[in-house]
Amino acid sequence: MWKSITGRITLIAVLTAVSIIVLLPSLTDRVPAGWKDKMPKINLGLDLQGGVFLRLAVDIDKAIENTSMRYADDARAVCREKALPVLALQKIADGGFSLRFPPGDFATRAQATLKDEFPSLDVSLGEVKADGATVIARMKPAEIQAIRTNAVVQGVETIRNRIDQFGVREPQIIAEGDDRIVVQLPGVKDQQRAIELVGKTALLEFKLVDEGASVEEALKGNVPEDAQLLYQKSVDPQSGRATKTPMVVKKRALLTGDTIKTAKVNFSNQGGGAHVSLSFDTQGAKVFDRVTAENVKRRLAIVLDDTIYSAPVIQERISGGEAQITGNFTPEEASDLAIVLRAGSLPAPVKVIQNVSIGPSLGLDSINKGVRAALIGALLVVLFMAFYYKFAGVVADFALVFNILFLLAGMAAFSATLTLPGIAGIILAIGMAVDSNVLIFERIREEIRSKKSVRAAIDAGYDKAFWTVVDSHVTTLITAVILFQFGTGPIKGFAVALSMGVAINLFTALVCTKVVFDYLNAKKPMQALSI
Amino acid sequence: MIEIVKNTKIDFMGLKKYTFAISAFLVLLGFVGTVQIYRGKANLGIDLAGGTSIQLKFEKPFSMDAIRSLLAKAGHGEATLQEVSGENILLVKLRAGDKQDEKMIATPVVNLLRQSLPGNPFIVESVSEIGPAIGNKLRRDAELALLMSAIAIIIYLAWRFEFKFGVAATIATFHDIFTIVGIFWIFGIEKDLLFITALLTIGGYSLTDTVVVFDRIRENIRLRKMKTFSETINLSVNEVLSRTIITSVTVFIATISLLVFGGHVLRNFALALAMGIVIGTYSSVFVASPILALWRGEKMTDVKR
Repeated sequence: MWKSITGRITLIAVLTAVSIIVLLPSLTDRVPAGWKDKMPKINLGLDLQGGVFLRLAVDIDKAIENTSMRYADDARAVCREKALPVLALQKIADGGFSLRFPPGDFATRAQATLKDEFPSLDVSLGEVKADGATVIARMKPAEIQAIRTNAVVQGVETIRNRIDQFGVREPQIIAEGDDRIVVQLPGVKDQQRAIELVGKTALLEFKLVDEGASVEEALKGNVPEDAQLLYQKSVDPQSGRATKTPMVVKKRALLTGDTIKTAKVNFSNQGGGAHVSLSFDTQGAKVFDRVTAENVKRRLAIVLDDTIYSAPVIQERISGGEAQITGNFTPEEASDLAIVLRAGSLPAPVKVIQNVSIGPSLGLDSINKGVRAALIGALLVVLFMAFYYKFAGVVADFALVFNILFLLAGMAAFSATLTLPGIAGIILAIGMAVDSNVLIFERIREEIRSKKSVRAAIDAGYDKAFWTVVDSHVTTLITAVILFQFGTGPIKGFAVALSMGVAINLFTALVCTKVVFDYLNAKKPMQALSI
Repeated sequence: MIEIVKNTKIDFMGLKKYTFAISAFLVLLGFVGTVQIYRGKANLGIDLAGGTSIQLKFEKPFSMDAIRSLLAKAGHGEATLQEVSGENILLVKLRAGDKQDEKMIATPVVNLLRQSLPGNPFIVESVSEIGPAIGNKLRRDAELALLMSAIAIIIYLAWRFEFKFGVAATIATFHDIFTIVGIFWIFGIEKDLLFITALLTIGGYSLTDTVVVFDRIRENIRLRKMKTFSETINLSVNEVLSRTIITSVTVFIATISLLVFGGHVLRNFALALAMGIVIGTYSSVFVASPILALWRGEKMTDVKR
């Protein structure tokens, strides 16, 4: 054991000073700003400060299918330009599609053309029958891999964009594994809105209404091949009842949301709530101009995530590159819609597979209860030790105070996250912290009973209990570390608090108490020990 | 000097046949409970089983029956409702069960209650929706954690003592874990992720206790104070008895404080810990040590190190 008493006292004093410097900014706001900003702080877990934790599953298959269908549309357009008549277009498994051509050399020529035009597709000749031949196109594996990666990376980026505009302090948005995204929004108050904002695909499409198709037939399942049945949702402002109107629209989108430059919330003068004004970038404006010119007097449906918001008749060519989405929005709805349109759509739809939302009031309640339980628990343990071991118990209590101080400072230093189970971990660590001293004191008592001098008994007690203390700490530490490895969120907080508490206890229980006894023994050996 | 126990000479090993019977019963209970958990017949928390849980704080007292019938009408008859007395807090739990449908239902349920109970506004304190895939993953992680810690502990104790000590201590630890699972199962108390955390913590605590006893056994073997191994165990357990009791008391005090003042989120967790401390203390004396004696024989061969 370390002999120099002054050395040990200095070490404890330095550690105490450092701990207080590190810890104060976490406990109170009344410290100078320069100090506060430089120090790491204990983070409060979502369960204590309130907030939203979301785990999203990215529908990558859907992203692959979407891309493949875009290729299919482009391929059909290319064929049309080259006067190759496409009889039918079909989706096939694993990100591919097939095109059917009439008999003749159409299919062979189409294969050659598509191969040249789309280097990222594998194009092969399918079955040749009497009534025609098919060309099969599939995305190359590298392309599919790129979509896979992009779906998650781009998804994270887009969600971050949306959250930044929504205004959340210190959000955490990270990819998890190959197809998951974890979103943590500490302190967010309007939780339902935040969740919807994150989870919305926000794919905006402009599609022509298929005037030729009958809605009645479509409802029975007879939808034309190049069209689809969608619904327009509208909410009656008086009764609040939602109605769904079916509508048949062309599958092909004339324009999508990725050409949007800005999206703003506006209020119309006649009442009727808020609407969102869009302006397109140059490319988008050009397309919009052409599309509106070609389709005057026809209805253009504005579709967001397969729901029609409005389907106005195009009165005249629109050249300014501006459009509006109306739909009796509340100001919040309109503002959120503008955010998602500005931030862009997710490359693939996501599904919320885990949602933990904690209201701020519950968080505060948990902190108060947890802290109260910790204080009462610590106080009872302190009183018990002082009652049972008298003076030695007070020495152990003194070590316990250092234990708690160093533990909290350690958590601040590592910017550890404090959760409700974490507070429980601290309470448990307090209970277990005195165990080392109990072990040592019981040993000292045994030595005193065997008629040793007080000084010799103390030394022997510490020596003999040393390995027992180490062994018992290591076993607890092993379980705590494993808990940390496999635990999630709050549980990790528990493991951190418990393992740090146990590790620090090894120092405080052995060094901080021994130095007191050594100091008292230094001038003249103690004759009696109150233990 | 206050002494709870003084120079005891209790024949702990002589009680072996009774305590083994009790332990066998407890472990059996835990085993059945574990099987039931895997069959989905036990009261598993939302975080492990998948499903939705909603916590609402109402302004005024509410009628559980009214809410139950409201939910039943909306097709959620299987919902479990729980009331935190005196605080106007309602917990609604909807298990995903066998339905692999991962659709989230918290919002519609909240909206339904808000519309149907206009006279008693509430705030949504927390919502937790967990798809079955996540629940399964969390459960697998927990199993892995239990297995890993068992292996790590055996290795550590085999290194510090000898292999048989490690195995005996691990058996005692699993005895404790099974016992707590059994008790929670019999009383139908909900078993969630925090419960698993409590199990691992109990494991750690029980080991600490066992190690202290083993340490003394090793020392007394070296000192050859007794002629047989069983006598050595008796002596050792008696010698460390006061420490065992005092430590259990302090940790017990801490967990009771958690149980009483920690709020309802931590209640089951603290309950498991409190019971675990009692069981963990019992097992190091009555499970780990006798197993060691039976396996190692009565010869006083030195423990290495």
